[in-house]
Amino acid sequence: MMKYTIKEDPHNDERVREIMEISGENIFACYQCGRCSSGCPMAEFMDVLPNQVFMFLQEGDVDTLLSARTPWVCAACFTCTVRCPVGLDLAAVMEALRELQLRKNYDYVDPYRVENREELPPIALVSNFRKFTP
Amino acid sequence: MAMKRIGVFICHCGRNIAGTVDVKRVAEEIGKREDVAFSTTYVFMCSQPGQKLIEDSIKEYNLDGVVVANCSPTLHERTMRNAAARAGLNPYRVEIANIREWAAWPHEDNPEAATRKAIRIINATIEKLKANASLEPLEVPVIRRALVIGGGVAGIQAALDLADAGIETVMVEREPSIGGNMFRLSETFPTLDCPQCILTPKMNDVGGHPNIKLYTYSEIEDVSGFMGNFKVKIKKKATFVDWDKCTGCGECLRVCPVSVKSEYDLGMKDRTSIYIVNEQAVPLKALIDQDSCIRLKFEKKVQEGKIKPKKNVKICSKCADVCEPEAIHFKNNEEIVEEEVGTIVVATGYEVMPAEAFPELGGKYPDVITALQFERLLSPSGPTAGVPRRPSDGKIPKSIAFVHCVGSRDPQNGVPYCSRICCMYTIKQAMLVKHALPDTAVYDFYIDIRSNGKGYEEFYHRAKEEYGVNFIRGKVSKVYKVGDKYRVQGVDTLTGRIVEVDVDMVILATAAKGSEGVKELAKKLRIPYDEWGWLKEVHLKLKPLDTPVGGVFIAGAAQFIKDITDSVAQGSGAAAKSLGLLSKPQLEKEPLLARVDTEICAGCGRCKDQCAYGAITIDPIRHVSVVNEALCEGCGACSANCPTTAIQVVNFKKGQIIRAVDILAEVF
Repeated sequence: MMKYTIKEDPHNDERVREIMEISGENIFACYQCGRCSSGCPMAEFMDVLPNQVFMFLQEGDVDTLLSARTPWVCAACFTCTVRCPVGLDLAAVMEALRELQLRKNYDYVDPYRVENREELPPIALVSNFRKFTP
Repeated sequence: MAMKRIGVFICHCGRNIAGTVDVKRVAEEIGKREDVAFSTTYVFMCSQPGQKLIEDSIKEYNLDGVVVANCSPTLHERTMRNAAARAGLNPYRVEIANIREWAAWPHEDNPEAATRKAIRIINATIEKLKANASLEPLEVPVIRRALVIGGGVAGIQAALDLADAGIETVMVEREPSIGGNMFRLSETFPTLDCPQCILTPKMNDVGGHPNIKLYTYSEIEDVSGFMGNFKVKIKKKATFVDWDKCTGCGECLRVCPVSVKSEYDLGMKDRTSIYIVNEQAVPLKALIDQDSCIRLKFEKKVQEGKIKPKKNVKICSKCADVCEPEAIHFKNNEEIVEEEVGTIVVATGYEVMPAEAFPELGGKYPDVITALQFERLLSPSGPTAGVPRRPSDGKIPKSIAFVHCVGSRDPQNGVPYCSRICCMYTIKQAMLVKHALPDTAVYDFYIDIRSNGKGYEEFYHRAKEEYGVNFIRGKVSKVYKVGDKYRVQGVDTLTGRIVEVDVDMVILATAAKGSEGVKELAKKLRIPYDEWGWLKEVHLKLKPLDTPVGGVFIAGAAQFIKDITDSVAQGSGAAAKSLGLLSKPQLEKEPLLARVDTEICAGCGRCKDQCAYGAITIDPIRHVSVVNEALCEGCGACSANCPTTAIQVVNFKKGQIIRAVDILAEVF
């Protein structure tokens, strides 16, 4: 999608507000320094960089983020949260994005399609389902 | 009396010179000359031990001339001359041989050539020095008065500082009131002060100060003279109203039937033909705009014979009819007054490029305006009382887009530099919109946010975090009309896609330039300026307030666009520079001036035609050129044009220069 039309003030967008409520973070405080992306250990596997997540949110484009892999690739390691110069808890915002989907009973993983299921430690599977299923 | 005991001091300048030039060899070679009594090298001649070396050597070897081979004379000529003077040698018997910029730096790759060139430069300088005369500086009297051109915040500050220090100060402002662009602003960043509230006390101080003589609605007609002794002709433009009688009551404004765009409100509001700039004007006086007044236009046509005067028709004189003090006389009261001052502070400010210059960004639409115009709409004393409305239909805008860098950082379509104040005032305006209209969406299209001042970055973060302003990083390419709205097409370079938004108003942060007419003024003052109308300082870092013309200083946005904080600081700085000159009983002047050999001079007058300073006259009786030493700047234009070498600049005589050139070119 190379073109985006802003229809209403992103500050009034319902889903942006919901994300801000779930995460407790003012996503408009981000001033796009990019430190989150440059330090993210998972960034190379993401389709939208963490700083871009904030830019999409600031433009009220939640649709793009809900169809993106980034929130699910996020390992919740909190490196970004620790490093953010304006003190934003990015991991919480990623969690809010996942939460937005999970609350609609959306499963990001299907237990029956996990490869090598027998060989994985049970704790890994439990964590996986906690994070990626409702 | 040619010198016979010259000392030559060669500086290493750390490795700047010694890294390329073989300074020891240079000293040995030069030391072989018969007229050189002493030749040595030192690591830093400009250091205190270096200067001490020169002083001690002058005494020890009884030197009658000194050549210091180091950097450009613009840097350390004075240092070395002062050192010589301390040792009792006339300072004009010291010359600088520039072996750093001329030999070491340009020939870094060829030390042998650099060394030979350094020797040649020193030899040439010695030849020039040998014919130098001992000179004493000239003393010129000082008029203890100052002139400030421009009544904006920088000029006001300069005038008040000068006047408070006891200097009688003349202020000239071309608008009918002082206050400048600052008085147009809504609020100031980052403190959100009301400019009217914080500037009016200063304006009133200027208006009522016993040491300040205020000429508003006046322009500089001509400047002559020199540092400490300037003669300034000031044109007081015609107001058609007797300001001694006018009380500023404003009765006349209520009856005037004519309506034209207000200059003060930058076209955002109308004014009458007879007008007072604003309620807080200093001085609070009415004047008639002769281009729109019915009566004055009629009288002009009668004068030009275009129409015949009619006997029984009464021409509009409504304003004069209601004027109780009978101040309105409709007579052209333009006059030229003369003032004599010792120093001049130029604080002429800035202007912004008009929105019309950017048709692709919608500059042709009425609701696409410059940020300075928008200041008026946001000002509580402005045409919309601080609640912005669309100029086209008066509707309250539901969404506004701000565009940064319009013409700035854009050498192809505007100016190459960053206009410096736009980021901050745009953020401020966005905040003020949110104050007045909390439900209006604000989109701020920027390339970079440059918030380099005390409290500025915090101000930006406040706008982002607390005020709900939307910042989008990318330059807008076009603005066009879609129905009742304006479509802004930009880009978000952070997500890498085009962004489109429909808004009710667009505010363009257009590039700043030196104010209109500043180039003509600069020519009258003989001070340099650049193609954008900024006055040029002597040194950007170390002499930002000085101009090449002694006694003329620049302050505020006239030098380059700057915010109020910096303008006020420069205003005070320029006042301090002026005081430095005015506090002396007499000024010393370089004695390197043109002198005429009356035996040779034929009085042809070619030198007189060339003199940019008006320093030369032709004596009608003896029929020879006469140089006014107080006016002469020693530039040498006269000498270069003299067919008989009758007029020459002291210590730059033709023989000296030719000998030096011969040695440099190795034509012995």
